[in-house]
Formats: sequence, structure tokens, C-alpha cells
Amino acid sequence: MSVALAQPERPDYLNDGYGIKSWLLTRDHKRIALLYLASITLFFVLGGIFALIIRLELLTPAGDLVTSQTYNKLFTMHGVIMVFFFLIPSIPAVLGNFLIPLMVGARDLAFPRLNLLSWYVYVVGGVFTLTAAITGGVDTGWTFYTPYSSTYSNTHVVLTVVGVFITGFSSILTGLNFIVTIHKMRAPGLSWFRLPLFVWSMYATSMIFILGTPVLAISLVLVGLERIFRIGIFDPHIGGDPLLFQHLFWFYSHPAVYIMILPSMGVVSEIITCFSRKRAFGYNFIAFSSVAIAVLGFLVWGHHMFVSGQSVAAGVIFSGLSFLVAIPSAIKVFNWTATLYKGSVSYQTPMLYAFGFIGLFTIGGLTGLFLATLGVDVHVHDTYFIIAHFHYIMVGGAVMGYLGGIHFWWPKISGRMYPEWWGRVAAVVVFLGFNLTFFPQFILGYLGMPRRYHAYPPEFQVLNVMSTAGASILGIGYLLPLVYLTWSMRYGPKASANPWAAKGLEWETTSPPPTENFLETPIVTEEAYAYAAPGATHV
Amino acid sequence: MLAIEFPLFPPRASTLAGSVDNLYFTLLAITAFFSTLIFLCILFFAIKYRRRSEDERPPEIHGSLKLEIVWTAIPLLIVIGLFTAGVRIYYAGARPPANSMPIYVVGKQWMWKVQHPEGKSEIDELHVPLGVPVRLLMTSEDVIHDFSIPAFRIKRDVLPGRYTTEWFQATKTGDFHLFCAQYCGTNHSAMVGHVVVMEPADFQKWLSEGPQPPSMADSGARLFAKLNCATCHSDSGKAPLLAGSFGSTVPLAAGGSIRADEAYLRESILAPRTRIVAGYPPTMPAYQGQLTESQVLELIAYLKSLPPGKGDRR
Repeated sequence: MSVALAQPERPDYLNDGYGIKSWLLTRDHKRIALLYLASITLFFVLGGIFALIIRLELLTPAGDLVTSQTYNKLFTMHGVIMVFFFLIPSIPAVLGNFLIPLMVGARDLAFPRLNLLSWYVYVVGGVFTLTAAITGGVDTGWTFYTPYSSTYSNTHVVLTVVGVFITGFSSILTGLNFIVTIHKMRAPGLSWFRLPLFVWSMYATSMIFILGTPVLAISLVLVGLERIFRIGIFDPHIGGDPLLFQHLFWFYSHPAVYIMILPSMGVVSEIITCFSRKRAFGYNFIAFSSVAIAVLGFLVWGHHMFVSGQSVAAGVIFSGLSFLVAIPSAIKVFNWTATLYKGSVSYQTPMLYAFGFIGLFTIGGLTGLFLATLGVDVHVHDTYFIIAHFHYIMVGGAVMGYLGGIHFWWPKISGRMYPEWWGRVAAVVVFLGFNLTFFPQFILGYLGMPRRYHAYPPEFQVLNVMSTAGASILGIGYLLPLVYLTWSMRYGPKASANPWAAKGLEWETTSPPPTENFLETPIVTEEAYAYAAPGATHV
Repeated sequence: MLAIEFPLFPPRASTLAGSVDNLYFTLLAITAFFSTLIFLCILFFAIKYRRRSEDERPPEIHGSLKLEIVWTAIPLLIVIGLFTAGVRIYYAGARPPANSMPIYVVGKQWMWKVQHPEGKSEIDELHVPLGVPVRLLMTSEDVIHDFSIPAFRIKRDVLPGRYTTEWFQATKTGDFHLFCAQYCGTNHSAMVGHVVVMEPADFQKWLSEGPQPPSMADSGARLFAKLNCATCHSDSGKAPLLAGSFGSTVPLAAGGSIRADEAYLRESILAPRTRIVAGYPPTMPAYQGQLTESQVLELIAYLKSLPPGKGDRR
């Protein structure tokens, strides 16, 4: 080990080949992760700009900044891009790709070429969707509800759904790759219950990728076919069922919420254990709750349809099942909190994001109870209450986890440290900006302000102004890491192999790791997060 | 001087609203309790157990089965309670009282057409009497809309090709927001209106003001004659007699039976061969595409108005 460190210019994955070709044809999971990081960041910035225009439009009740048609296209593109091109691939494709082989002690993912293909598939899907956006846009909302999308909309629905359809295959390929890698390529001694919790969460996420995404693909193909051939699947005037699409769509898109949140939960488990130097309290419960969330997530899609006209009995069943998902989520929050107990807690940037995650996820999760509760959901359904709730979960939860994870593993990814002070400032700004943006929307929602409204009654203005102010602060909070992380890639101090004194195989190789991760295959002799035994190392 | 309208709570104007609000406040209390609990615990642990030296090694704690059981069981009990309370309200909202006053609603891009059985119709407005249960029978001419009245805490999607219903009993006179809550295209946010709750006497006065259009049943009767429905739906025996058929149980040719509610009558007008009544040949032409949703509603209103007649062979 010390011999390796003594060599000043040991080749790592970043300087193992230069030039555009060495990146575009790479089969190294770490480079592919960076390809994803770059493209996903681009989409995040785009989606964020759309969000800011939407918030600016809502500064006044009159709807005077953009036309209603433009507004509808803006929120549609914001949703489509953020959901399908940022939130769903973010942690799995960037951190999952980078970390899973390192965490299980493998030289790469099981199918490196398939991994590269999945990035290309993602990019091709993105090109289709962006083409739709540039050539006139689409106004169906990211949910593509029929028969509006299949018959009535005069915008680029087919092009957009083709883009999303293609991108879905990238999810499927990634999920497949992860599952095989986790099953077959674990280092000697790395039993299932020694796996880092991040790997458990990625395993659960991959199950959803593989089982759910095909259903989304089918429903989008049907929308496209109905638009082109008018075959009467969704439009009742030609014999279709307008609700069929909602069943198909939410069968994927509710589990998709867990695609966004489970990886974040995995990241948070890693950060909390590291920065409190503790074994995860109730490791098995955290691991199994990931799987439970993934499984239960497939049974609750009907709670998006309590006012859709589905039967009362269906409403009751879906309500009951939805409440059950709250239990594994609560178990996780309690276990993370208990992990801090008698720990050695430090407040580095990733830990601040983890705290922020728990805060926002707790509020997002508890407001989920309002929506599972039948009578109350009827009132807040399709209002800003929903917007606030799912942003707390999907943006508060998923993005806090993503940013926390990016900071936590940044030394490993880039080989450089970021400026800690700026990191902490950004984490606080994001947290405050987020709450100012979305908390007022809970109140707006109970007041009854419907979502997707371009103009609204004047009494809702004050809360909307607050929300827009928060969005500006949030925008600055997101911009900060973009700036200082980019800066640190060149100017940051060099990182050691394990700057946080963390446990886990990824911290045993150099920062940044060599192309094939480990000079020799590690052998695991202890449980994950064995912080109490300082002398114990992997042989 | 500066009078900014800044409400934090919506008006409460229906019999259902109180129970929804009570459950909402219960949920708020639960949310406040648990989030405060979590936040305080994190704050307390983070301060009390802050890292004091770089080589600090805290004791290893694996977990506690007892704790896991406790913090699984408590949330489970709470959600079972919430589930039950929510279901009760949902049931109440799904079951209009038998004596409800019917009003018909058709949504189209981008307006609400409301029709009172007495014949008066209105656009983007709904006048209703105070204290009388009202049942809305709703359908759409094009895409999915949603008829939402926040002050009444009710909301229900309005779908093309089928009927949905919602009901309320207003408890306060006044003017309340009516929103389309399901995204329906370009002018979605302009598909808004008012619900005007009036004293019953004022409502009757409003109903009888202005030119008196024929009642929906009368319009339906005229349509029924114009379409020559009576040629077969008569003593001829070619088709079932329709008097008193609304609400009855009809045996089907394919076996089984169906309750002749609005949805079945609509289907039987627009696509009559879907479910043929037992004992009759499938000869009726389909009126799909030939009648507007409003006309179908008028025909149904007419059929509902027919008293059980003599010679009904069923």
C-alpha cells in the first residue's frame, strides 16, 4: 500500500488516455459515470431554467409573462426533463455507475459495453425530446394523460414520447447491469449482509427499473399508435377507455418515485454512518425496508386516481396499500436518527445534505399521509399541495441525496477536495431556498389553487410571490456547487485515498481510482461500517 | 391602507367540509409532532455527540429489535386510524342522499355547461339552493376535466364517454370558486367559474327569472319524437317499453342483468348493441356521433320523468 502511495504519478482512470475518443468509446464504468454526470447536469440546468420561468410567470395572477400555450409547454418540458432525464437517472447512472463496482470490489460492471450503450441510448432519447422542445414543444404535461395527448393536443407528442421511450431502455440496461454485478461480482467475503446500504438501495432500484420501465414503454407506444392510427385505445369517441392510460402510466410512474428516492436513501445511509462513525443502526431493517418499498411501490398506483372515476372499492384498496409504504419509510428515518446516537458526529458538507435530506423527506413523507387519506386527498388532489408534496420527496429528497453523494464521493471521483466553506454555505442555501419555495405551496394547495394554472385568482398571489422568491434562492444554491466543484477539478487540493476516514471498499483504492479499480482483488473480512475497530482493515 | 388579500384557509361551505377539515387538522398535528420529534432528536444527537477529537471511536451499536418493533407498530396503528377515517369521508362523498336535486354538467374545452332539470342552463356558473343536497351528473365532450369546488372540499374528474357524479349540500350562501382541476389543454386555467349558493327562495326566483326554456324532460320528449324512438319503443313489441325503466333491473340477452342507471341508458342510446335487453332483437341504430352530450342528458331526463306505465311487459 505505502509503496503505491509513494509513486507520485500513478495512472488513474482520468489520465488513462486523453482525447474525446478515449471518453466516447470508454468501457470504464467510472468514465461512463462522468459522461452521465455531464449530460445529466446539462438537463438539470435546462429543467431548472424552465422552472424559473414558470415561477416568474406565477409572480402575478394575470398570466402576463408568457402565453398560456407557452406556459403549458414550459411546465411539460420542465416535468419531462426533470423526471426522465434528471431525477430517474441521476444517482443510479452517476453514483451507481461509479460506485457499485468499487463498493463490491469488482474491476468493472458485469457488462461494460452494455453500460456504454446505455449512455448512448440515454443521449439519443434526450436528442429526440430536445428536438421536440426546440421545434415547437409539447403541452400534455409530463403525465401525457389521454385522450388529450392521444387525440386533442396539437403539439409534438409523438416525438417526445419516442424520446422518453428510448431513454427508458437506458434505465432497463443499467438496472440489468447492476443486478448481475451485485449478484455475481462481489469480492470474496462480501456476503449480502456485508454490502453497503447504498448497494442494497441500488439493488431495489434496479428491480423497479427492470419491472416497471417496460410498462411505461408500452403505454407510451400506445399513445403514439393512437395518435397516428386512431385505433381507439384511449379515446372513447373511437371506442377507447380514457382511464386505461392512467392505470398503465402510474403502474410505472408511482414506482418511479421510489427510483428517485431509494438511491438517495442509500447515499444518506453511507453519509450518516461515515460522519457519525457508527455502524448503521438496524442495518437489516434499513436494507429490507428498501426492498419493501420497491415491492409495495408497485401496488399503490391507484392512489393517483382517487378522483378519476375509478370505483370506490378500488379507492379504498389503494388507500390502504399506500399507507403501508409509509412504514418502511418511517423505519428508515428512525434508524438514521438512531445511528447518530452516541456517535462521533461531524458536520461536513455531505452530512449537512444528509440532515437536509431527512428534514425534507420527513415533511414530504408525512404530507404523503394526507394524500393516502381518502377524504382529504379528494380536496387537495391536483392542487399545489401535490406539487409541494412531490417536490419535497422528489426534489428535496432526491436532489439533497444526489448533491450530498456528489460531495461525499467528489474526492474519489475527481481526486480533488472542494472548498469546504462554500460547500456548507451551498447546502444551507439550498435547504432554505427549497423550503421557502415549496412550503407556501402546501397552503396554496389547501386553499384550492389547482396545479398547471397559468393565471390564478388574485388572493393566491402573496404565497406565489414567496414561492418565486424561494425559487430564486434555490437557483443560487444549485449554481454554487456547479461553480466550485468545476473549480475544484483544477484547483482543489489533491485528495487522499480516504479523506473522510470512511469505511467501504471504494475508500481503499486511490483517489481517483485506477482504471481497473483495485490493484489486487480485495478480500472482505468484516461487516459494513465497522468503525469501532480502528485497527481492522481489509486484507 | 395596504389591503393585501392573504388567506391561509379556504372558506368552508358544505356539510362535508367540516369532517375533511377535522381530519386535515389531525394530519397536521401528526405531521407537526413527528417532524418536531425527528428534528429535535437530530439536533440533540448532533450537538451532544459532536466529534470532539479526530481519532474518536464511538461504541458500536447494532440496533434494537425492541425499538424496531415499537417504531413499526406505532406508525402502523396511526395509519390504520387515518385509513379508516379517510374511508368514511370518501364513502360519505360517494353516496348522495336519495332526495338529492339533480343538476347536469357537461365539460368541454374550455367551459362548463350546467343544465338544471327545469330547463335553465348556465355557462361557468352553478346556482344552487342553500341546505339542499345537490347531485351533479357530469360528462365531457372531449378530454378529461375535473369539477372542483374547494369551498365544498369536493372534486371529481369529468370524463368523455362516461358519467361521474359528485354531491354536496351547501351550508353558506355566497360566491365560491369553481375550478377545472384536471389539465385539459391551452386554456385550462381559464376554465373557471363560480358557484353561487342562494337562499332556497332566492334560488326559486332565480330559476323562474328571464325567458323560460322548456324543461330538460320536455326537450328530451321532443327529441324522442323527432328521432322516432316511439316507433319501436311502444306496444309494437319491437323494443322494450321505456316508462319506468330508469332504476329498474334489466335482464340482458347475454345473460345476467344490469341496473338501468344513467350510464346504461347513455350506452343504450349511443351504442345500443353493447348490452341488449333479453327478448329483443338487436335492431336499434347507434346514435354515437349524432347527439351532443347535452341531448343525451335531455333524453335521459325525459326517460326518468316517465312514470311506470301500464302494459309494461317486464
